[in-house]
Amino acid sequence: MEMETRMKKRIRVEANTEPSESPFEVLSEEILFLILDLLDSNPLDKKSFSLVSRSFFAVEARHRRSLTPLRPELLPFVLSRYNSISHLNLTLCPYLSDASLSSIASLLGPSLRSINLSGSRSYSHRGIESLANKCFNLEEIDVSNGVELTDEAAAAIGRMSKVERVRMGRCKKVTDLGIGCIAVCCPNLKLLCLKGCVGVTDLGVALIAVKCRKLRSLDVSFTMITKKCLPAIAQLPNLEELCMTGCLGINDKALVTLKQGFKSLQALDMSNCQNISQASVSSILQKNPSLHHLNLSYCSPVNSMLSGLHGVFKLNSIKLDGCHVSTDGLKSLANSCISLKELNLSKCSGVTDEGISVIVAKHKDLVKLDATCCRYITDLSLAAITSSCASLVSLSMESCTKVTCEGFRLIGRHCPKLEELNLTDTDLDDEGLTSLSQCQNLTSLKIGICLKITDEGLIQIGRSCPHLQELDLYRSIGITDKGVSEIARGCSNLETICMSYCTSISDESLKCLSNCARLNTLEIRGCSLVSSVGISAIAARCCNLSKLDIKKCYEINDAAMLSFARFSHNLRQINLSYCSVTDVGVSALASISCLQVVTMLHLSGMSADGLAAALLMWGSLMKVKLHVSFKPFISPVLINRVESRGCMFQWLNKPFQVQLESSEVWKQQSHDIFVE
Amino acid sequence: MDQKQNSSFTYPPRNNSPQESFNPNYDYPQFNSQNRTESPYTPSQFFNSQAREWDPHALLSNLSFLEQKIHQMQNIVREMIRTNEGQNCNISELTAQRQLLTTDLTSTIIQLISTAGSFLPTIRTSLLSGNAPIPQLGSSIPSASSAPSPSAYQPNPSPDYEELTKGWGENVVESAGQIQIEDLDVKEGEDVGQDGDTLPIGSYEVLQLEKEEILAPHTHFCTICGKGFKRDANLRMHMRGHGDEYKSPAALAKPAREPGSQPIPVKRYSCPFVGCKRNKEHKNFQPLKTLLCVKNHYKRSHCEKSYTCSRCNTKKFSVLADLKTHEKHCGRDKWLCSCGTTFSRKDKLFGHVALFQGHTPALPSDEVKGKNEEINDKDDSGGVGYNDGDEYLDMKGGYFSPMVNFDSFSFEGLDEFSRTTFDPTENSFSFLRSGSPDFARKDPGN
Repeated sequence: MEMETRMKKRIRVEANTEPSESPFEVLSEEILFLILDLLDSNPLDKKSFSLVSRSFFAVEARHRRSLTPLRPELLPFVLSRYNSISHLNLTLCPYLSDASLSSIASLLGPSLRSINLSGSRSYSHRGIESLANKCFNLEEIDVSNGVELTDEAAAAIGRMSKVERVRMGRCKKVTDLGIGCIAVCCPNLKLLCLKGCVGVTDLGVALIAVKCRKLRSLDVSFTMITKKCLPAIAQLPNLEELCMTGCLGINDKALVTLKQGFKSLQALDMSNCQNISQASVSSILQKNPSLHHLNLSYCSPVNSMLSGLHGVFKLNSIKLDGCHVSTDGLKSLANSCISLKELNLSKCSGVTDEGISVIVAKHKDLVKLDATCCRYITDLSLAAITSSCASLVSLSMESCTKVTCEGFRLIGRHCPKLEELNLTDTDLDDEGLTSLSQCQNLTSLKIGICLKITDEGLIQIGRSCPHLQELDLYRSIGITDKGVSEIARGCSNLETICMSYCTSISDESLKCLSNCARLNTLEIRGCSLVSSVGISAIAARCCNLSKLDIKKCYEINDAAMLSFARFSHNLRQINLSYCSVTDVGVSALASISCLQVVTMLHLSGMSADGLAAALLMWGSLMKVKLHVSFKPFISPVLINRVESRGCMFQWLNKPFQVQLESSEVWKQQSHDIFVE
Repeated sequence: MDQKQNSSFTYPPRNNSPQESFNPNYDYPQFNSQNRTESPYTPSQFFNSQAREWDPHALLSNLSFLEQKIHQMQNIVREMIRTNEGQNCNISELTAQRQLLTTDLTSTIIQLISTAGSFLPTIRTSLLSGNAPIPQLGSSIPSASSAPSPSAYQPNPSPDYEELTKGWGENVVESAGQIQIEDLDVKEGEDVGQDGDTLPIGSYEVLQLEKEEILAPHTHFCTICGKGFKRDANLRMHMRGHGDEYKSPAALAKPAREPGSQPIPVKRYSCPFVGCKRNKEHKNFQPLKTLLCVKNHYKRSHCEKSYTCSRCNTKKFSVLADLKTHEKHCGRDKWLCSCGTTFSRKDKLFGHVALFQGHTPALPSDEVKGKNEEINDKDDSGGVGYNDGDEYLDMKGGYFSPMVNFDSFSFEGLDEFSRTTFDPTENSFSFLRSGSPDFARKDPGN
């Protein structure tokens, strides 16, 4: 936008002096390319640029390398304009036929380097074959979620001989044969993701390991592999990243018998491998001195496993989420690693003040600490953390219920470098929030379900944290318009804000928030004071808005929908259950070209016919949640037609519930659930 | 035409020369180290002539024949290049030439193999000289046979190897020289057991039976009427007919060992075939455990394979039980490689694919047909190469019945080279079938 105004100004100035000649013709293409290189932050800037003149339009088309089209119908036109696209992201096109893939292939041909088909469902191996035939420079392809793709599709990928990165997560019908074709024909493969390919067994993975010696990253999560393919994987000379999440076929025996290998491994993810224990992991670790990142989340108890970490000098990130970690375990972890930068203890039972103190005393360089749901730690831990880890950048203490407000006051005083802070569901109070104003780099602040905080603390945040991008105030009922408007004034970079169930929020807050031009996610679920006036202000001024949750905002009506239809061209996802929206509003929404995910339950004014009409014209729809009572009234033909466009229906049967329960009661209830 | 052309040759029909009955007492010709490098016969001479002398003249004529052949092929290729440059390539003409070429190449290769095969014992000796001191011919080896000892070559311990090397065709020429000469009763595993069951040398008594004894159908004979039996129990049952004295429980019982006697020393058996690893003269002698092992080993390794599978008419066995085992799964090879080889098990296919460059697992035939259509389309439109640099054997599912079994063109075949002369058993080249094999190679530059 700025660029455009500047350009227009220049046009006017120069037009006065030399009316006959356009001043922009003198700018060479190289210079224009350099300008375009700097216009990456906001997509609209480039659009403005291309509208300056005919030549600018052409230059912009030539300059563009990556494209994320919203609708497949327009692809031929778009691609004939942008014919030097090398990265094509089709995740937003749920319906993509083989014909469109083949037209893409013939339009882009050799210039295409990378293509992402992970969001599409309707293409088959023929489409991939046409890509393989025409786009022989293709280096990266993502066919994840292609649950209907068969071995032939994999064989077609195998024919792209230059391909280096292949992602095919959840391709459930692909078997070893298809993988074998890729393995044999793609010797340059560097990255392969087979996450959730349940048809793939040891044979296929082992063949990949034998044939693709350049492989750097391999993801075999949630596959049926067993120990038989591990020796081959271990022999890969360049493997840096190995992800084996949820491989239940991998057990202790498999790891212990592994004599050598994994020489270059840097990151190992063995989360959810429930059949491994300490002994095997330590044997792996002792053979891999270069390991940097280790993820053992949700494995079996890891107490003695941690004592096996001796000699892993370079280990700087370890995730132990959901494990039972005792104080002794943490002590040995503290002693065996040299320099830990990142530690995740989220949902670990057995973490105590002593354990935390030992860790932070040894590893003062800790940058990221996640102690979510460590319910036994108290102010002592927080004192230890804050006193020794001055360089902490990210801290999560969600639901650490034993830490008092006194403890949280220490964070702001001692950790000025903090950028991400999650204190959801804690005892944080205004004084603690005020102390956080020391952390001027804060970009993400989550203080939901903190019933003690009020506008007073939030005003301090708004005044002192100009870089704030994400703010979560979910059920922090002490917050009113006053605090939010101060945030809107101070944090102009705000992108995400959640004020769900902050029942005192009204249109005033939204009007202020509309100043945050980058806002893309707004959640005001259950803010019953908000009306169409406020939300229309947001729609009109926050043109980047892409996710919106206005469930149970009873005052919002068709007027708001009409303003969305008019202004919000980037809206992707909306939840408008319980709103006072009628058929008019729904059909207005249907005209938003990229709206993909919609939840519409208990709309007071929506009729079955109105819904049917909206569905018919809603080309971009990918997923829609509707009340099951509508199902009999929508003709099956229509449903089939919409489904064939790539849309999924979810018919829910939730009871109509208008009453909001108070947040105090809600919090008490959720804690009771935990105690049980 | 580059080297890769090898991968696509078409095997021409071959005469099935009757297998020579094997003579274990056959004396290997003496050959001295001076003319080791000269190799004898063309295969046909081998097959037909009973003379087994090494004849340098025959070798020479053989080689010059090959030379001629290669010249011919060079001319064809030049012609092809010329027509290609002239831009007037007639596709059918081109394919005809290519087929001609592949046929020629194939026959050349086969002749080369057979020459090399007949020559292998020599190569072995010369290789030996590079590695270890050559045992003086005739000194360490009994005079009965002068076959060089294959001791320097450890057989590959994996019995899977045989199947892995199915469809080995194109690699034979390059690697024939380096191939570890397999001792070759790969199935021996079941007889001896490769677990540490080996006894220390000297702790057992070695028995060696003569060939006739081994092949004799009966081992127990009635002393009265001379009738033979396979088992001594059957003999005892038979003896009852010769009189009441054989009917007593003592006579019918299995002869028990006398309680006070010395413990019977452990017996192990040696194969009478000199040069075999199971022969006691062998450097790495591995004894056979039981009489049954001896029989099976001898039949499998040193006898004619007279039992033919009635389903595929390809596989032959010398032990009836082996045939029966094979017949259980014959025709069920459903795992297919792009080179046309079929496998009964998926892991065997993957082992095969892992071993060779450019072989890919082939999808089931209906899918393959679809793929071929695609490829043809692409050819017409002058599309991109299927897979630059990688030889891809374009094959149509229909041409390869699952019966075709390349199985035995393996080390087993090679061993025949080394042990006898070139032994052209049917299954050594079972894939040389008549018919119209369509191995036209996908040209990467097209």
